[in-house]
Amino acid sequence: MIMNSVIKLSTTLVCVVSLSACSGGLGGFGKKPGDVTAGGNGAITQGSLDDPTSVAYFQQTIGNRVLFAVDQSTLSPEATAVLDGQANWLNQNTQYSVTVEGHADEQGTREYNLALGARRASSAKNYLVSRGVAENRVKTLTYGKEKPLEICSTEACWSKNRRAETAINAGLGS
Amino acid sequence: MKKVLTFLCSALAAATLISTPVIAQGKPLRIEITDGVIEPLPFAAPVFIAENAAAGKYAADLTKVIVSDLTGSGLFREIPNAAHISKITNFNAPVQFADWKAINVQALIAGSISVTGDKLTIKFRLFDVFAQTPLEGLQFSASVNSWRRMSHKIADAVYSRLTGEGGYFDSRVVYISEEGPKNKRQKRLALMDYDGANVRYLTDASSIVLAPRFSPNARDIIYTSYETGSPRVFLLNVDTLQRRILGDQPSMAFAPRFSPDGSKVVMSLSENGNSDIFVIDVASGRRAQLTNSPAIETAPSFSPDGSQIVFESDRGGSQQIYVMSATGGAAKRISFGSGRYGTPVWSPRGDMIAFTKLNKGQFHIGVMRTDGSREKLLSRSFLDEGPTWAPNGRVIMFFRETAGANGAPSIYSVDVTGRNLRKVNTPTFGSDPNWSGLLE
Repeated sequence: MIMNSVIKLSTTLVCVVSLSACSGGLGGFGKKPGDVTAGGNGAITQGSLDDPTSVAYFQQTIGNRVLFAVDQSTLSPEATAVLDGQANWLNQNTQYSVTVEGHADEQGTREYNLALGARRASSAKNYLVSRGVAENRVKTLTYGKEKPLEICSTEACWSKNRRAETAINAGLGS
Repeated sequence: MKKVLTFLCSALAAATLISTPVIAQGKPLRIEITDGVIEPLPFAAPVFIAENAAAGKYAADLTKVIVSDLTGSGLFREIPNAAHISKITNFNAPVQFADWKAINVQALIAGSISVTGDKLTIKFRLFDVFAQTPLEGLQFSASVNSWRRMSHKIADAVYSRLTGEGGYFDSRVVYISEEGPKNKRQKRLALMDYDGANVRYLTDASSIVLAPRFSPNARDIIYTSYETGSPRVFLLNVDTLQRRILGDQPSMAFAPRFSPDGSKVVMSLSENGNSDIFVIDVASGRRAQLTNSPAIETAPSFSPDGSQIVFESDRGGSQQIYVMSATGGAAKRISFGSGRYGTPVWSPRGDMIAFTKLNKGQFHIGVMRTDGSREKLLSRSFLDEGPTWAPNGRVIMFFRETAGANGAPSIYSVDVTGRNLRKVNTPTFGSDPNWSGLLE
């Protein structure tokens, strides 16, 4: 009963997240629908949004990004909902491994933010592993405040930069 | 391969400086650097005499660098050439003190240069005008390519003689050169003289590089690079540009800093989301763990005697500054003001710790005693970060990033008294400065 309601909640939230991710991802300069790029070293950008086993589907529909409160690495209900979706997808598409990249907003010192990004990446990773994804399929990386997604200096941007992004790698052990 | 710059330096015998020694009257010429308001000391530095034709092209530039060093310190004020009554045309002729006194010059710098082949020789004397006495006389010889360094050495000698403090002008800064928009920054490791001259790029922009730090002799640099895909600490030789990952780093590594003897490097290693402080032996690559807690522990910096390490940790709930033994163990919190504290750096004099403070949405650079007392904030802006000490522990450099979509970092310097905030001009945006010791 509890599980059901959690899943239901997560489905709703996933939809919201995926919509905003879509408009962001596809609205970029010179990009065609389905021609999606995502952050991360060696990330794969291929496949159709209509194909639920595609990387594009993972990035756009499941959502490859979770957000954090200021100076926090604990997962919000919205974040765990997205990660539930990621875990389900990874459990079904076992040919892929991922790298979770932790990021911080600019309101912190460089080194602290690197450590904070590592905490956030690890927090997301631990959740994926708790949902059945094999630990050796999930690497973590921190970028601290080095790779902001949004560039204004207000909470509107900072809230989007405090994130963990899940990038799909070529395959296991890659 | 090892390139050692040799300066021949000799004190000119006092007897040759002045035929009839004059006993100084009243107080010796001396700038006391205190927290109070000080009046910059008026000095004159007429363009050094070119003793031969080949020296002509260096005379004006060389003198300009000396003047720029001294006025840039905020402790000296130049009385410009246009005001001079006397001209100095012969290095050995008696100085017309009355002419300099009349325009209120207190310190007079007179010099001459000659160039023979590749060799530049500079002689200079510093006079206390009111006491009518020479305070310093030195002769330097080096390759003409080193003319800027020779200028800095003269300025250091003057600064040192008049303040009683060590100099800091003959030094370099390694920093991160930044270009491009905020969400696509290109970062390169760059080296410059302390005053922004002679910029040299040490890496290309293919990988993110962060927070470089000099070895004690300034021949090597440690820094964090994403060259392998994840952050690792690299050791790079300034002359050969050869680089390698330093020692045994099993996980993400950042925030490196050398021990005062150069034999070890402290850094953060981050594993399973937890960052702790480790020390790696440069020669063997062996690693030892110094902190072990689930907190964020980073930004370690050795005391100049090598016995202690100051670092930041959020083990008490927020980012604060702690001091522990260089071998690890119990740590004592020293920051207790409001807000968060990070990036502590021990002064080369051992007396103070510089830090970045975050309070009420503003960033500050500040200094405190090593026990945390007598906190003094030196700057305030949207984002001031990453202090580094001048070789004499009197001046701090840091970087300031402006807010907004077009925000970008620049390097600044400020006196430990909080006076004399200045931008250091760099050809690109600049961040993460690290100041060398005085060059050998």
